Amino acid sequence: MNIDSIQNGVVIDHITAGKGMKLYQLLKLGETDLSVAIIKNVNSRKMGKKDIIKIDADFPINLDLIAYVDPGATVNIIRQGKLVEKRAMEIPLTLRDVIFCKNPRCITSTEQELHHVFRLTNPAEKEYRCIYCESRAGN
Amino acid sequence: MKRSVIDILDLSARELEELIATAEDIIANPDKYAHVCDRKKLATLFFEPSTRTRMSFEAAMYELGGHVISVSSAMSSSAAKGESVADTAKTVSCYADIIAMRHPKEGAAYVAATNASVPVINAGDGGHCHPTQTLADLLTIWREKRRFSNLTIGLCGDLKFGRTVHSLINAMSRYNGNRFVLISPEELQVPGYVKNDTLNQNKVPYVETTDLETAMPELDILYMTRVQRERFFNEEDYLRLKDSYILTPDKLKNAKTDLSILHPLPRVNEISVAIDDDPRACYFKQVLNGKYMRMALILKLLKEAGTL
Repeated sequence: MNIDSIQNGVVIDHITAGKGMKLYQLLKLGETDLSVAIIKNVNSRKMGKKDIIKIDADFPINLDLIAYVDPGATVNIIRQGKLVEKRAMEIPLTLRDVIFCKNPRCITSTEQELHHVFRLTNPAEKEYRCIYCESRAGN
Repeated sequence: MKRSVIDILDLSARELEELIATAEDIIANPDKYAHVCDRKKLATLFFEPSTRTRMSFEAAMYELGGHVISVSSAMSSSAAKGESVADTAKTVSCYADIIAMRHPKEGAAYVAATNASVPVINAGDGGHCHPTQTLADLLTIWREKRRFSNLTIGLCGDLKFGRTVHSLINAMSRYNGNRFVLISPEELQVPGYVKNDTLNQNKVPYVETTDLETAMPELDILYMTRVQRERFFNEEDYLRLKDSYILTPDKLKNAKTDLSILHPLPRVNEISVAIDDDPRACYFKQVLNGKYMRMALILKLLKEAGTL
């Protein structure tokens, strides 16, 4: 299957197969009127299968979000049809408004203006904790 | 520089020892401290019911010669009008030199501390942290045992929601040779993150049991806690678990003669009043110790902020 190359925009490549749609939703690409292609289960020599997202416009990519969801993904910036920048992901030390605290006792559950901030507390296990109540992300 | 205390871990082991030394000096020489906070104001913001912690802070400030301004409940404050914790902290900073805050939501004290221009002391944020209770616990352990190491510490009751339990585990895990016996119903066991992040990570030995009497003979310290109704979303669970452990004279038969029995109070029925006269009962001394440690902490934070 072929998808046309983009001239100016962003390609999120090497997405773990199956995570493309999740990233699409978390990046809120569905809420824009941009031309976006999600390509699923593309053959990959390195990964076997992978997903790719192509965005045919400049779009402020939340790298922390991508790094948190799929640290193996790469973000390619395209200008005039050429790759001008390739960004590899690093596990972020803090996540701001990327994930949300689910603890009903947390101050963020009642004070809506607070940013949801999580700090990396265990890099080996990719464990993040809410800076307010210290609940583990995902709990 | 302004500094707040949200968690007991905000204070190093050395700072804890300095606070204990100050508290013991206050006990020995109260007159020396009677006017050190003249004209200084403590704001007590209590958005959740509290008797002893609020009174302890207020008594502490008065005994240092300072003044207290107070919000006694959420209903009588602007929080009832929907004011945020951040705005409250900024506003109260204009009136007071230091703030002691209790709030039902976890992390509220952190929000206050990051927005206030004066030091904030966490006087309890939901089930999260209650560092000044731990300061009271530590001074009590110190005055009873004269050491923080090589102790077998039994923690009994609600170990899941009991914030004082988590803070005490954090504080005592810093010292060598301590061992914990965690006595609770299965539903109220110490949360996994406390076991993983504190006990396992520091290689502190511990056992979990549901049986208080079997554990009793080996304990140097028995820290009893109340099953807190306000931490349950479900009344049925509270009623089922509330009477899990009741300490009676009979259960102390096999206890060490120099056991120290602590409780953060208030108690409901988990320690029989018949134990109050036992020399091993330390929970009312603990209340008094709490006031001295709060005095020491207020002094330390005001000095660091350049207010004194």
